[in-house]
Amino acid sequence: MRHLRKLLRFATPYSGRSLLALLLLTTLVFLDLSIPRLIQQLIDHGILQHDRGVVLRTSALMLGISFLSVFIAVGNNHLSVSVGESVGRDLRDAIFVKIQSFSSGNLDRQNTGQLLVRLTSDTSAIQRVLQVSLRIGTRAPLLMLGSLVLMVSTSPALALTMLPLLLVTTLVIVFFLVKMEPMFRGVQKELDRLNTVLQENVAGIRLVKAFVRDRHERLRFERSNEAYTSVSEQVMQFASLMSPVLTMCVNGGMVIVIWAGGLQAAHGTLSSGQIVAFINYLLTTMAPLLMMTILSNVWASALASAKRIDDVLEVVPEIRDAPDALALSAESPPRIAFENVTFAYSGKPRDAVLKNLTFSAEPGQTVAILGATGAGKSTLVKLIPRFYDVTRGRVLLGDRDVRTLTQDSLLAQIGVVPQESVLFSGTVRDNIRYGRPSASDEEVVRAAEAAQAHDFISRSADGYDSRVEQRGQNFSGGQRQRIAIARALLLKPLILILDDSTSAVDVETETRIQRALAAQHPNQTRIVVAQRISTVLTADRILVIDEGELVADGRHAELMRTSSVYREIYASQLGAEPSAPSAARLATESP
Amino acid sequence: MNPLPTGNAAGTDPRAGMRPGQIGRIEKAGDPKSALQRLLPYLRPFRAGVALVLLLVVLYTALSLVGPYLMGVAIDRLVQTKQAAGLPELSLLMLGVYLLSNLLQAVSGRMMARISQRALKQLRADLFSHVQSLPVGFFDRSAAGDLLSRLTNDIDAINQAISQNVTTLVASLLSMVGIVVAMFILDRWLALASLVVVPIMFWFTRYVARYTRRGFRDLQRDLGQLNGVMEEAVSGQRVLHAFRRKESAISAFREANAKVFRAGVSANSYALLLMPITSVLGNLFVIVLAGLGGYLALSGLVTVGIIATFISYGQNFIQPLRQLANLYNSIQAALAGSERIFAIVDVPAEPDDAANAPPLGVARGDVKFEHVRFGYLPNAVVLSDLSFEAKPGEVTALVGPTGAGKTTIINLLTRFYEIDGGRITIDGRDLRQIPKPDLRRHLGLVLQDVFLFSGSVLENIRYGRLGASDAEVMEAAKLAEAEPFIRLLPQGYQTELSERANNLSQGQRQLIAIARAILADPAILILDEATSSVDTRTEARIQSALLRLMKGRTSFVIAHRLSTIADADQVLVIEGGAVAERGKHAELLARGGVYQRLYASQFKGEAI
Repeated sequence: MRHLRKLLRFATPYSGRSLLALLLLTTLVFLDLSIPRLIQQLIDHGILQHDRGVVLRTSALMLGISFLSVFIAVGNNHLSVSVGESVGRDLRDAIFVKIQSFSSGNLDRQNTGQLLVRLTSDTSAIQRVLQVSLRIGTRAPLLMLGSLVLMVSTSPALALTMLPLLLVTTLVIVFFLVKMEPMFRGVQKELDRLNTVLQENVAGIRLVKAFVRDRHERLRFERSNEAYTSVSEQVMQFASLMSPVLTMCVNGGMVIVIWAGGLQAAHGTLSSGQIVAFINYLLTTMAPLLMMTILSNVWASALASAKRIDDVLEVVPEIRDAPDALALSAESPPRIAFENVTFAYSGKPRDAVLKNLTFSAEPGQTVAILGATGAGKSTLVKLIPRFYDVTRGRVLLGDRDVRTLTQDSLLAQIGVVPQESVLFSGTVRDNIRYGRPSASDEEVVRAAEAAQAHDFISRSADGYDSRVEQRGQNFSGGQRQRIAIARALLLKPLILILDDSTSAVDVETETRIQRALAAQHPNQTRIVVAQRISTVLTADRILVIDEGELVADGRHAELMRTSSVYREIYASQLGAEPSAPSAARLATESP
Repeated sequence: MNPLPTGNAAGTDPRAGMRPGQIGRIEKAGDPKSALQRLLPYLRPFRAGVALVLLLVVLYTALSLVGPYLMGVAIDRLVQTKQAAGLPELSLLMLGVYLLSNLLQAVSGRMMARISQRALKQLRADLFSHVQSLPVGFFDRSAAGDLLSRLTNDIDAINQAISQNVTTLVASLLSMVGIVVAMFILDRWLALASLVVVPIMFWFTRYVARYTRRGFRDLQRDLGQLNGVMEEAVSGQRVLHAFRRKESAISAFREANAKVFRAGVSANSYALLLMPITSVLGNLFVIVLAGLGGYLALSGLVTVGIIATFISYGQNFIQPLRQLANLYNSIQAALAGSERIFAIVDVPAEPDDAANAPPLGVARGDVKFEHVRFGYLPNAVVLSDLSFEAKPGEVTALVGPTGAGKTTIINLLTRFYEIDGGRITIDGRDLRQIPKPDLRRHLGLVLQDVFLFSGSVLENIRYGRLGASDAEVMEAAKLAEAEPFIRLLPQGYQTELSERANNLSQGQRQLIAIARAILADPAILILDEATSSVDTRTEARIQSALLRLMKGRTSFVIAHRLSTIADADQVLVIEGGAVAERGKHAELLARGGVYQRLYASQFKGEAI
């Protein structure tokens, strides 16, 4: 509830329209309620007094009211829909803008799929509750209140007998709503479990078949199926009680009206028209009450969604420019220096992924970073454009700590080719131009040539206008990587970071890319994260990272002499190095 | 890659969120009749129950019609006699009738809830075991995953329809018929006049539905666009951020968002018209009754009591009418859903031609391919004429360019796919004469994409042999060199894994798969050792575990590592759907043919 109230601020800009919608709704209720009163008049003053004129006039009046109601209802409808949709739109906007402000650390703690759920179904849940509240949600209580007033004014004594009934009905509804909400959540949980089993069996079908585990899986499914069935059976059975109980309340009311009203009528204190009016009031009150029960689900899901949306909106971006941040100078590549850098994703030094790292890269150097999976190579390079902040120590560009520079200027001068080459839908040209939409076609081609992407692009039917489908699924891994490299090259960055971005490209092509880079951008500082030894052979410096620590630093020839870790990696990849320990181990263990 | 395990709430399928609003999703089954005919048998075990429910529905509907009639009688008596005589009896009778009616309604609802849930359970179970029996080829077709995820929604649609709507529909229809009959009995003219509302309602519903459908089609289109924009911007946020495209992404989003807003307002405005207008029409019904009834009453043709009865009937009449449009849609959706379900049920199951053949017993593991011919599609041959033999305990390395058919050989040996010609034998017996489960029990598979089930590490390894004790599982993990990293997991062997949670690296997953295979202890081992995402030292660890696993078993390895090939008893170079070269690594290298070329490009790269 607290979260929903917090989201209420999204509705305030539309409070005028909401109020108008509620006003129309109140009018509508008023008109609805006038009908039983008019019928009462028609019976008492028309039929029983044998006055044809009253009958005709009243009927005409009622018809008029009826038509008026149509227009009012349409107006209310339109207003509430537009308020709901407006709030939905604004919520989506706020969430989207918020997500765009997330830094890498924020994103690590979120799941992309779930963020999308916030933007879609969670937002529509809020939208729905608003729109419904402005329509039937408010109408039912208003109708109830109105009929109560009218009942009292028609016959206070009879109305008094109705009071306990209305109370009971309200309690019954509240009881059902309160009970059912957690029940539905239980059903949802079991359903999720059931779906997991189903999906796992689809995704892992080869394994199930290969290990002949169909009976095992069937039993697993049967268990989930039974659990889900029995929970939902319980809930359904409980829910099925609601309608008869509420109908009984209405019916009980009618009996009371007939009995108590009849006694009064016999004493002449109540007319038969009044009795009919009473019955009408009852029916007008109860019908929308039943509708309100539908609301329970709408409310329950809105409450859950509100919490989830609020959680996203509450996230504070981890990385923001310092108030006095300066722009990075764009003239020549700055010296990159890591000074005693310790970094942990959690921010706690004992979870450190990088431990007390110190090194520097001179302008124009190509520095390769080598190490096992999980050694911290990618993490290291992410600190340079300040995707994360160091836990201890500092990262310097030139003589400035990156935390004192604006991130925008950092990103403008640092080109990044990430490990996973994410492409966007559009043409190949759009994708290469992604970082600089104003680039000319010629520049695009030059970048593609350097990235060794020009050949396969121009070979395809539409060349640079070929469509890239979502996530670039219609390109091979190697092609995607080369497009991603071209994209970064187009920025002509002072610093280029290649984060294992040629893993799906063959060795020859990789060499050509390296040569082209050296020729096109002689002054660029390049940081290259690699798995393959062949990638790093020509680097000016090779940093070997092992479990977060810098264990070796030098050129290939040097490292072959001095670093056992380097030699081990070398041997495991290129084989045939008799002195290497792992090769020896492998040899003894072969059958 | 995410450095941190992201907390993943179970079952939040992002696709569920991508679906546009539920309202107005008007779907139709292609052949509703046959869908219904196949759905009905699921109610057969509950025949008696269903019959009883129907009887109860008829009874309570009839009783609910008696109430208003009694009310009319009471009012007329009051108007005429101005006496309270007989009023208590009449009221009590009314109360009794209502009570009974609502009681029966409650009982029938309860029964129906049980019946429908039980019937659906059966449907789910049938569907599941059928899905399990489908050939692997079905799942390899790209749409299968999507199709199955939709099934969940489809079953839910059926659930909605039968658990609530079917009884409501029956009761609504019955009470409408009953009311019309009762009204005609009470007063012909009034009945006729009040029924005037029905065609108006009908016409109006159709009119609104037409515009609604159109509106929702537009909305769906715009929502699709918006979802595309959002999905790309959210999943590619890191790159978007790195290339300073935040502003343009936001403006593209705003444009799509504004479109959805406009489409949403117009579609929903139409869709929601139905509700207020039908309630106004409900009023109209009462007004017609009161006006005309009053006029007739003046001529002494009807009594006040009858008018009251009619008004009460009217409310009962309009209510179901109002629901019918909704009911119709949800029943249509259920039928459309069941059509999709039955479409899957109609996919033929994997044939088991040798189910009754004697089992293989203890296999030595002598595998022979003789002139095997195979293609995934009728006119696209993958293997044209493949022959080779793997002797018991030998390691056969399969090498060749991508798409040469290495994985296909595995698919055929496991009989995931059926060969088109030639034959494959194990210990001299044709694969087709061995019961499939028995055949597969002799094969151990370690694939490059390791699949993990939701469950603990222990359970995931135990998948190899369900009867294995905890100690045996741990022993297998030790042999697979998986123990060191398992110990480092937060809860060790009890750590919960799942397919989606990325708390294990690719290399660690592979070690689990190896442990699984060690536990299964198969005579024939099949390995697909792709290692693109594993660093070289982890690779070395996997390698030594694999060597241990292969010892004494006939092994097939789709080899990516030089060491595997160098140690293999025979290397088969697959090219163009047949064996291009065979022999030992050194021989083949010396021969200077296809293998030498492959070796140069894949393993040596460039001269150092």
